[in-house]
Amino acid sequence: MLTLIGAAFLIASVTLYLALPIVALFFRTTPELFFSSLNDPEVIAALTLSLVTSVISLAVVIVIGTPFAYVHCRSQYPGKVVVDTLIDLPLVLPPAVAGVALLVLYGRAGLVGKYASLLGVPIAFTTLAVIMAQIFVASPFYLRQAKSIFDQLDPAYEQTARTLGAGPVRVFLRVVVPMTAGGLVSGAVMTFGRALGEFGATIMFAGNLPGVTQTMPLAVYVNMSGNFNVGLTISILLVLISFAIMIAVRLLAIKEVSHA
Amino acid sequence: MLDVHIVRKLRDFTLDITLHVDDGKILVLMGENGAGKSTTLNSIAGLLSPDTGSIRLNGSVLFDAESGIDIPVEERRIGYVFQKSAVFPHMTVRENIAFGLVAQHIDERNREKRVARWLDCLDIRNLSGVRAAQLSGGQKQRVALARALATEPALLMLDEPFSGLDAGSRVSVKDAIRKCTSDLNIPCIMVTHRAEDARDIGDGSCTLCRGNITGAGSASGFSGCGCRN
Repeated sequence: MLTLIGAAFLIASVTLYLALPIVALFFRTTPELFFSSLNDPEVIAALTLSLVTSVISLAVVIVIGTPFAYVHCRSQYPGKVVVDTLIDLPLVLPPAVAGVALLVLYGRAGLVGKYASLLGVPIAFTTLAVIMAQIFVASPFYLRQAKSIFDQLDPAYEQTARTLGAGPVRVFLRVVVPMTAGGLVSGAVMTFGRALGEFGATIMFAGNLPGVTQTMPLAVYVNMSGNFNVGLTISILLVLISFAIMIAVRLLAIKEVSHA
Repeated sequence: MLDVHIVRKLRDFTLDITLHVDDGKILVLMGENGAGKSTTLNSIAGLLSPDTGSIRLNGSVLFDAESGIDIPVEERRIGYVFQKSAVFPHMTVRENIAFGLVAQHIDERNREKRVARWLDCLDIRNLSGVRAAQLSGGQKQRVALARALATEPALLMLDEPFSGLDAGSRVSVKDAIRKCTSDLNIPCIMVTHRAEDARDIGDGSCTLCRGNITGAGSASGFSGCGCRN
């Protein structure tokens, strides 16, 4: 009986610790305040910028990351372990440090940035910088998932397809991608969520220019000391989007299991 | 007609074998796990490159180490059925069988004709619209066989095609292999652990041990296999 009470207490306390701050957000506002703040131009601008940049970042990560992860999994090459480590590095690197690193490389005086500036294409403190920061910080979520799912795929499927006359590209598009789609989509959803919530690298590398580089998390930060209701509304929006993402991942995971 | 002489250094031993299989005949390769059976098949298919030797199919050179010829897998016209059948689970049975025909740019009319022929030949017409993920083990093997044969390969290779099948499925898949090989009049190599399978279906058999052929049993029409050493 004591064990049962102990277990219930443990589960309840952990759940409450995680859930209460989220619930508190919803109790701090009213539906009227929430919906009126939704029409605030700053909220609309931040929401639009966040969604547009996150979608672009995700598209870049999928288009480049999928074939990269596949080739990486199926090839043996010197330095593969180093590449593996580099893929994971942004996960443990503080985002602010990632932002500084990007600034040092692509800033106006940076190794690459100075040439880009000479060509009239400044990178730092532009919307492009927001996208680059999101890609840098969020891509490991997709790459790790893609690597794991490709590793689990029996090479006999690809080998069979090749003996049937299909070239490598056709094998990849018609066999590998459809067979791993569930896992890839769940990685993509997590990547989108991470890109949407990106703060540290963005503020260091892209700055905080409303309508240009001010994404939703940055707008929350700015409005906390000014227009608290706007900050609260954006926070609630981010919570709702995060919930939607987690539900999508859960549903995809269930679908994966039922396919297995 | 298939002529193979390949040498490939493996981790613990060197695979060194010579095989010859006539059209319409089935050669059974037997041996313990890790004896080099699958490596032999993969080398013939082009999935692995031998260190030295040559592979000739109907007079065409698929591989020749001396002259540097190594025809890519997708151009070798070899039907290869893997142990786990490897049917594409996201496709229907019909789409599985048509996969190789699309890759070979065969027009839709001929494609449909060929798919229909092999659906009938393997007795799986009733499954044509079923997703491959929903098939039983025996059904999957039949689909894999139909898919391999629909491309009208010049050689058929089967890696443990009966593993995991119940007794009834074994008999029907054996009959299908025998009939299809004979109809297409192509050489066939089958890997199995079971002497019973070799007796039932093979025109001849070779036993591999650590990369070398240690025993060969011939039946009528089988021209022989041997180890160079």
